[in-house]
Amino acid sequence: MSEETPSGAAPADRRGGTVTAEAERELGDAMSQLSTAPAEDDGRSAAGRGSFGGARRPGAGGALAWTGRETLGWTRWFWRQLTSMRVALILLFLLSLAAIPGSVIPQSAVDAVQVREFKERHELLAPLYEKLQLFDVYTSVWFSAIYILLFVSLAGCIVPRSWQFVGQLRARPPRAPRRLDRMPAYTTWRTDAPPEEVLRDARTVLGRKRFRVHAEDAAVASEKGYLREAGNLLFHIALIVLLLAFAAGQLFKAEGGKLVIVGDGFSNTLTQYDDFSSGSLFSPADLDAFGFRLDGFDATFEKSGPNKGSVRTAEADVTWWKGAEGTERKSTIRVNHPLEVGNSKVYLLANGYAPVVTVRDGQGDIAYRGPVAFLPQDGNLTSSGVIKVTDYRDAEGKRDQLGFRGFFVPTFGGSGAGTMFSQSPELEYPVLFLTAYHGDLGLDAGIPQNVYQLDTDNMKQFTDEDGGPFAQKILPGESMKLPDGAGTLTFDGVKRWANFQIAHQVGNGWALAGALAAIAGLAGSLFIQRRRVWVRAARDAGGLTVVEMAGLGRSDSPRLPEELGDLAADLQRTADPVDTAGDGGDTGTGDAPGGAGESGPAAGGDPTRAGGTTASGEPDTDTAADTDAAPDAGTATGPEKADAERGAGQLSRGEAE
Amino acid sequence: MNIAAATNENIAEISNYLIYSAMAVYTLAFLAHIAEWVFGSRSKVARTAAALGGSRTSGDQAGARSGARDDAADSAGASAPAVTVRRAGSTTVLERPKVVTRSSAGRRGELPDGPGAAGGDEQGDLYGRIAISLTVLAFGLHAAGVLTRALSVQRAPWANMYEFSTTFSMVAVGAYFAFLIARKNVRWIGLPLVTTVLLDLGLATTVLYTESDQLVPALHSYWLWIHVSLAIVCGALFYLGMVSTVLYLFRDRYETKLLDGGRPGGFATSVLERLPSALSLDKFAYRINAAVFPFWTFTIVAGAIWAGDAWGRYWGWDPKEVWSFITWIAYACYLHARATAGWKGRKAAYLALFAFACFLFNYYGVNIFFNGKHSYGGV
Ligand code: HEM
Repeated sequence: MSEETPSGAAPADRRGGTVTAEAERELGDAMSQLSTAPAEDDGRSAAGRGSFGGARRPGAGGALAWTGRETLGWTRWFWRQLTSMRVALILLFLLSLAAIPGSVIPQSAVDAVQVREFKERHELLAPLYEKLQLFDVYTSVWFSAIYILLFVSLAGCIVPRSWQFVGQLRARPPRAPRRLDRMPAYTTWRTDAPPEEVLRDARTVLGRKRFRVHAEDAAVASEKGYLREAGNLLFHIALIVLLLAFAAGQLFKAEGGKLVIVGDGFSNTLTQYDDFSSGSLFSPADLDAFGFRLDGFDATFEKSGPNKGSVRTAEADVTWWKGAEGTERKSTIRVNHPLEVGNSKVYLLANGYAPVVTVRDGQGDIAYRGPVAFLPQDGNLTSSGVIKVTDYRDAEGKRDQLGFRGFFVPTFGGSGAGTMFSQSPELEYPVLFLTAYHGDLGLDAGIPQNVYQLDTDNMKQFTDEDGGPFAQKILPGESMKLPDGAGTLTFDGVKRWANFQIAHQVGNGWALAGALAAIAGLAGSLFIQRRRVWVRAARDAGGLTVVEMAGLGRSDSPRLPEELGDLAADLQRTADPVDTAGDGGDTGTGDAPGGAGESGPAAGGDPTRAGGTTASGEPDTDTAADTDAAPDAGTATGPEKADAERGAGQLSRGEAE
Repeated sequence: MNIAAATNENIAEISNYLIYSAMAVYTLAFLAHIAEWVFGSRSKVARTAAALGGSRTSGDQAGARSGARDDAADSAGASAPAVTVRRAGSTTVLERPKVVTRSSAGRRGELPDGPGAAGGDEQGDLYGRIAISLTVLAFGLHAAGVLTRALSVQRAPWANMYEFSTTFSMVAVGAYFAFLIARKNVRWIGLPLVTTVLLDLGLATTVLYTESDQLVPALHSYWLWIHVSLAIVCGALFYLGMVSTVLYLFRDRYETKLLDGGRPGGFATSVLERLPSALSLDKFAYRINAAVFPFWTFTIVAGAIWAGDAWGRYWGWDPKEVWSFITWIAYACYLHARATAGWKGRKAAYLALFAFACFLFNYYGVNIFFNGKHSYGGV
């Protein structure tokens, strides 16, 4: 906004144009290198934009040289565009837009089930979405393209900026502008102290405030707040670290689930997982060697209120060890409190019940004994499950296989309740409902099978006397007798199980460090002001010293004038202000009439007390204060002009803060 | 156990009454603000136009913008030096050096801030003060309502959208007072603020109301305190920045029209004339947005750490995470725009509004429309 209206064109300005231009240039000069932001290139400066190759000499050599120059030119041009603030801005905006579809359309990486349902519901759209990779937005080609371009741009931006910043750190603060009163904050006063002394004190005062100070002939130049730029660079570098850590995490991650019944254990090898998925660069050898045993599980549930039955606390007590048989340690895994071993974390995901059963075959021998995990179907842990018995002989002693399918409810509503669903997740009235099959379980074919599903294609359901399917409700301690002496199933009791997710993660530390560094950098970048302060002292015609101080920040900072005031007050401890012609502590009204003739010791009153600093906007510009009398901007010559132009080139007048 | 539950329900009841009372008082404050604006419209000082007309005010105090003067002789001619002599006498006043400031914003930098809603009108000012007093009272009730809600559930009151919303508007009003106490020029924000607080509370008590209840285990973590409270504070401050940005856009158009020699309509003149200058509004918005941005960044990082503990991954593109990311990128975009030629001013302001819209959507939209891990917000 500040750039859109030409600066400082006061309506009543008679010499407007020249003076404004000069003031602009001087300000530009004073602001040069105040940041390392890339020069703002609006595209117009790529002159001609057409041929970079110049004249094309005849012959193959000429053509080759021309093509080379052309390619190089275009590459340079493209690179400059890519690393410009404008393109960074556009890419950032595109990134924010591109992230939106992923929150609207189900993502296979987040919830594969939802994606499947979506595809079933939208037969027309689904293939199109599939083509556009809308089910995998965050790994899609177009999303990746945007952020990769952005990070290339970022890297291409940071490297030169870092060098430039190092250069700035080694260079001295820019010399004092000729007209300090044109700077955004300005103050002046007269003093008895000789100029050399004032300047020496100024160096001390500024140095004490940790300004970087450089002395010139009749002035002191100083600068402070380099941490802003450092913070900004740190922030952007940290973003790169963050991205790399995130990428590494995706490529090397591995994740698997394991359901463990209380009393059982787990050791971290691929074969032990119920399900497992990994990033493209993961190798099983990367798995941390450890194991654990589930000693106990405890859960409490909401007893009343609208959320009755929802989990309040869930704790899994485990004993774990590192390596094959390291020392055993005890720990409790809770939601929000995973167990951490090396790069792996063990999270508690879900829990449920595992009825303990004993199955006897037709010969009365134990065919199966143990707990069988049933999977919860609702919040009250109505659970379904199957029991597969492979080592079984029927009443005649023939080899066969048995399969049971059914429900387990921890709290049965009672026979009169008219529902089979559990009334509470707590184990209050456990009941098992089962029906039974015999035949081929399909396990021998060697095809992996879901342990929670029964494939009844090659099995026959037992029937009761009426020919209907055989089914029975059993309580703990009770047995169910299969028809025709085919065997029994006894419901011995109930154990709990917990489902764990074991995540192998890399780069987390880096990601965290990157994030924290980014925040620190941001704080530096946004809360620290980079600013310059100049002090000039020169003797006026009356023999007094005119002290001028000016401050300049990257933008109109509210604190800069205050800080300049503080510094001036500090300096005035040794360079006492002297009242000039009794116009002392005015009430802050605009312009005090300065002038060599009027200066001199105050008439009456204590000169050091009553003699305020003049709130003069423009003191003595034409006489003493400005020793190297200002040439008009139009006539600025030689090195001075070149200087100003170079300054303007690097001018980045940041935000109108 | 039932006795405890009963007292909790009683406290929750009290909390509801407090919130309703706060709404009633906010309504009175709203009316008082309206009165302030109405009475203020009697004053007919076209300060902005006057400033552009060349008769520059010369009474600027140190630290205030005092217009961009470019030439000593010229400036001295334009405003005759009105020097008052003050003798310090026996009192030992240590005079602070006076610092002359000038804006680098060109003619825009000369435009003075408006006098505020009351426009210098005495009656208007009275109503303005009444409005603020009422807002203080309402804020007290509001805060008590939030506190009792927290007591009734015995945890931080941030677990569902009703609780988010009530806390959110409480923090916004609190931030407004903090600015007032710090003597910042923010009285102009009073009316829009009270209006939105009323809307927010109205929405909270009707559509979003949820019985007080305990937390699901995933929410049990000290990160709840850090992550959610920061999110609420950031939101409330971003909101203040947003109001400032919107007003900036209006005021900017008004000033542009004046600078181009146009004559804005009577209503626009009356209202916008009393607002701070576009430059001040823009700066206010920028400062808030820039200052909040690092905290918003930290909010997201804290959320990621929490997600790492609770769900086994620190980032999983859950809708809430996606929208936090979008909001973050949008604000980064805004900050970049401020530093890019051709994007300053209005374009940057539109980006800021887009960013806040993303924030709002994240706050309400995601809980309502999407079904993610964060959807225990309870609507
Ligand atoms: C990953 C994407 C990026 C993000 C999230 C980001 C974020 C930010 C933020 C928040 C600031 C504000 C700090 C301030 O106002 O001082 C900033 C400043 C800056 N950014 Fe970026 N940035 C990104 C990419 C880039 C790229 C690609 C460039 C190179 C063209 C770049 C160059 C700059 C510069 C020069 C500043 C300083 C502006 C100034 O000092 O006024 N940034 N960035």
